[in-house]
Amino acid sequence: MQDSQVINLQQITKSYDMGGAEQVNALRGVSVAIRKNEYVAIMGPSGSGKSTLMNIIGCLDTPTSGLYEFNGINVSEMNDNELAKVRNKEIGFVFQTFNLLARSDALHNVELPLIYAGVHSVERRRQATEALDHVGLGDRIHHKPNELSGGQRQRVAIARALVNRPSILLADEPTGNLDSKTGDEIMILFEEIHKLGNTIILVTHEEYIAEHADRIIRVRDGEVASDENVTRIAAVA
Amino acid sequence: MYFAQEIREGLMIAFGAIRANKMRSVLTTLGIIIGIVAVTGMATAIDGLDKAFEKSAKAFGTDILYVQKFPWVSNEDWSLIRNRPDIKAQYVDVIERQAKLSSAAAPVVVRRTVVKNGNFQLEDAFVTGTTHAYNEASGNMNIDGRFFTAEESDRGRLVCVIGATVAEKLFPTGDPVGQTISVAGAPYQVLGVYEKQGGLWGRFTSDNRVFIPFESFQNRFGSRRWVTINVKVADVEEMENAKLELEGILRKVRRIDPGKPNNFNINAQEILTQTFGQFTLVVGGIGLIITGLSLIVGGIGIMNIMFVSVTERTKEIGIRKAIGAKKRSILIQFLIEAAALCLIGGMIGLVISFILVQVVSNVFELEASMPAFVVIIAILVSLTVGVVSGFLPAFRAAKMDPVEALRYE
Repeated sequence: MQDSQVINLQQITKSYDMGGAEQVNALRGVSVAIRKNEYVAIMGPSGSGKSTLMNIIGCLDTPTSGLYEFNGINVSEMNDNELAKVRNKEIGFVFQTFNLLARSDALHNVELPLIYAGVHSVERRRQATEALDHVGLGDRIHHKPNELSGGQRQRVAIARALVNRPSILLADEPTGNLDSKTGDEIMILFEEIHKLGNTIILVTHEEYIAEHADRIIRVRDGEVASDENVTRIAAVA
Repeated sequence: MYFAQEIREGLMIAFGAIRANKMRSVLTTLGIIIGIVAVTGMATAIDGLDKAFEKSAKAFGTDILYVQKFPWVSNEDWSLIRNRPDIKAQYVDVIERQAKLSSAAAPVVVRRTVVKNGNFQLEDAFVTGTTHAYNEASGNMNIDGRFFTAEESDRGRLVCVIGATVAEKLFPTGDPVGQTISVAGAPYQVLGVYEKQGGLWGRFTSDNRVFIPFESFQNRFGSRRWVTINVKVADVEEMENAKLELEGILRKVRRIDPGKPNNFNINAQEILTQTFGQFTLVVGGIGLIITGLSLIVGGIGIMNIMFVSVTERTKEIGIRKAIGAKKRSILIQFLIEAAALCLIGGMIGLVISFILVQVVSNVFELEASMPAFVVIIAILVSLTVGVVSGFLPAFRAAKMDPVEALRYE
């Protein structure tokens, strides 16, 4: 049990100084554990602390107090450069607004994590091409983001997130900027990725998106309001 | 290995960014271009001046001492030296007899007068009276023909050796050797023509002179108060000792009591080189400081545009950080971009400067060329300006918070 735990959050708090004596407590003691190959959705209205939780899980931010173990390693007290390394090797991000580099083609966008990981150019190209093949964009590797549709851009982003074979895929409203048909296609892709053994954490406020997951964690006022396994709805085949 | 990849990625991003903002990049680098043109132009000018001077100074001979009434360069009180006795041509005999470290000595007197060959004439040739020893005592310059002999010199024959400029003016076509020219009305046979000296002091070197025997000079123009004695030192290494020896001989001739100052001067080329060296150092220093200011202005331009670039690309920085770029990677990326901007500016500046130097040297008939060290310095300076002015913006980019940067629209 313990061995397969990827994420272990214990009593995580996060507070922001808003100037003067005013303080905002975005998280008030969150404890969550996520095992390998789980498909988890984190839900909550805006202001619930959902985004802060995601930033901490994604190692973009550090908690004010509490323990965060990633693959059994304490990351809650790591410095910026150590966190950058964890983000590079262990976490694949998929954002609502895709966040691709506009001036670079799909291939270079996917190569980016490998560049920061120090992978040699020939190997880098091979892995990036393979990742793009996986998401069905093998024939569009030299297209720039503005030459691709929204769904294709998100596929490039997913390829980029997976190219370093991370421990978790962290997706923040991945269908938020897509029409429902394209959004469904992306959700099918997530399902396939999950079946291949990947761990997926999906942050959303859309109930029907969250229902793709096996487990839904609801966050409210900086605390975990509920954490339950759900019967997954069958994705449109 | 890892570092090399980061550098390569940095270069790709930098050129991508520069290409994406062509107009802005060109305007920004303009400051650097102007700065590099100014600095390299200045350095080339000083170097050219130095070389021209060095060449001219050679005309005075590195191993020739000039015994004269007054110093070439002095900050002594004029009233203390104005009443010095004249240098006499007779000293030459004493010097020849006693100076063991010197190999030749010749008296030199000069008068400006008109020289003619039929209709061709030169108004202000320096007619120089000297002895057969002059050629050796002035450093054995090349002569087409020959110098006059001891006999011709002692007997005051009407023979002469002319400088290159005189030859060009009086004999635009044909060989002057063997011809006769008129010096202040008297006919002189041309025995030889000196090789052209050129340089800053072309007028004062052999170029503009007509050498005639000392006796002939005195017969024609009377004796002169201004006599210079050229003394050739046998061994350049013994320059200082030869000078001391000569000083001793002259003090004895003049019966100067020990402890009393000399009432003559022994001048040498090094006096000029030293003085001129100080001059170029000061002018060059001031010039480089002033032109360097334009580079600082250029650097501030680069810093400004890099701040704009960093702010504009906050989102990109956020994405790169989320994907795993370390602070160092971001810092390097923006440093490379600033350095690349400056390097491009520096290269363009060098090319412009190179063309300018060619044009200027053609128009003014100077032998100016851009020395290799100026090119290397220009490249290093533009790189340094890039790194220095890019550092603050790059540092700001490197320490951005990834969460904030990702939120930036």
